Amino acid sequence: MKKLINAIDDVVKEQLEGMAAAHPELRINYDPKYVVRADAPVKGKVALVSGGGSGHEPMHGGFVGVGMLDGACPGEVFTSPTPDQMYECAKAVDGGAGVLFLVKNYTGDVLNFETATELAHGDGIQVQSILVDDDAAVKDSLYTAGRRGVGTTVLIEKIVGAAAEDGYNLQQCADLARKVNQYGRSFGMALTSCTVPAAGKPTFDLGDDEFEFGIGIHGEPGRERYKMKTADEITEMVALAIIDDGAYTRTVREWDNDKGEWFEKTLTDDPFQAGDEVIAFVNSMGGTPVSELYAVYRKLAQVCEAKGLKIVRNLVGPYITSLEMQGFSITLLKADDEILKYWDAPVKTPGLRWGA
Amino acid sequence: MAITKAEIVTWLEKITAVIQENKDYLTQLDSPIGDADHGINMSRGFTKVLEKLPSVADTDIGTILKTTGMTLMSSVGGASGPLYGTFFMRAGTAMAAKQELSGDDLYTLLQSGVDGVVQRGRPQLQDKTMYDALLPAVLALRAALDNGSSIHAAVETAVAAAAKGRDDTIPLQARKGRASYLGERSIGHQDPGATSSHLILQALLDSLENQG
Repeated sequence: MKKLINAIDDVVKEQLEGMAAAHPELRINYDPKYVVRADAPVKGKVALVSGGGSGHEPMHGGFVGVGMLDGACPGEVFTSPTPDQMYECAKAVDGGAGVLFLVKNYTGDVLNFETATELAHGDGIQVQSILVDDDAAVKDSLYTAGRRGVGTTVLIEKIVGAAAEDGYNLQQCADLARKVNQYGRSFGMALTSCTVPAAGKPTFDLGDDEFEFGIGIHGEPGRERYKMKTADEITEMVALAIIDDGAYTRTVREWDNDKGEWFEKTLTDDPFQAGDEVIAFVNSMGGTPVSELYAVYRKLAQVCEAKGLKIVRNLVGPYITSLEMQGFSITLLKADDEILKYWDAPVKTPGLRWGA
Repeated sequence: MAITKAEIVTWLEKITAVIQENKDYLTQLDSPIGDADHGINMSRGFTKVLEKLPSVADTDIGTILKTTGMTLMSSVGGASGPLYGTFFMRAGTAMAAKQELSGDDLYTLLQSGVDGVVQRGRPQLQDKTMYDALLPAVLALRAALDNGSSIHAAVETAVAAAAKGRDDTIPLQARKGRASYLGERSIGHQDPGATSSHLILQALLDSLENQG
């Protein structure tokens, strides 16, 4: 393993210290670990909090700022943060209008955020928790933990962050987050594995002439393995896996603030249809250069056109990564007026910045 | 002979030691079907428990177990953190103020812990999780106690049931957690959570050496 590391146990802490030094507009707490806007809590505004394992930078800490997240809780590399982090972070950002947890659907993240939701509720904080589960590589929800939360997470944080800034209340923010999640689908692939510092060796073996199709963002193996193909062929496979994906139904849990208990909700996402306007997001897994992302975007634009999807906005770059893994993911998000309005609104964070 | 508070403290110390010994093994099991961090996370959590133990060793068994649960909850992360955290917190709540435990108490301790795991993670048998080792162990303990076994013999039976449950996860296709995404590729691998659950129960047995 060759990495820019001082001591393996200090990786997350030193990364946070570096962020603090580079970004005085953020305030960083070390015990427990969380990142908040320096001006938190913003009085009367719904606060957005997300979190997850480290190793996906700039997500989530890099998306803390005006027009996006109020707080982020970094776990160890690829390991969910813990309920005490989420709870303390929620207390630090709650400006009286409530806290919305945006939770990527991984068993660890879900269990820890559910515990934190109960703790925050116990403290009298209005809280809601919305699951992000957009990974079309996972086919069914019956025999798995359901679709994972991947690329759409970035878009939800941007769009709902802008809506919260515009005065949406907690329920409206939760409804918008749920809608964006249901309108978005992602799919990822990898050319190489990645190495978790504490593990010291690559998480899986992948031959020089192979790629892994349908990966998540934690170096977990994907759905299938193929012999290497051209950029156009791979992009078409990934794009079609999203565009041709059928309806997806699963049951999620949301929090009832009045009763103080979880309730279940069954949601169905409809497939894309010719004529849909979409936001197209081509993301690097960390090791793939931007030059190759544009080769992917070039083919993606052709596939979308052939399928009758109109790309109205795009985002190209490394935003939700998997350490140094080579590979990319595509996210397509069906866009309506509400989504586009808040996509275009100003954002000012270390990782995403426009109009501000 | 009742289980003493000192034996419960020894149990937690022995868990820490056995997790430390098996840190690489657990991580290795987690590599093909998970994200290669189970041993690392469990080791971090129980090392913290060991640091906290002296400050609560003089209290009562409930407090010791609850402190263990809260420490795991805030230091392990992943899915194991809230699951094992809840296990020990519920076990602690059920053992509130107790200075020693009967066989029935030990059963209640473990059953309460498992109930907590069920409430948090909603597992079913054969999902290929820690529950596949924990539930058979608790049932075996109950049956052995009902048949008049000594505490030591009953725990021995429970550990054997946990080992069998652990081994029985090998041919299963995972339906929970990250391993579930592998579909059929999860078959043939032993579940790391069931493995660590067996180690925790083995440590319990090892700490009851003086029990008849």
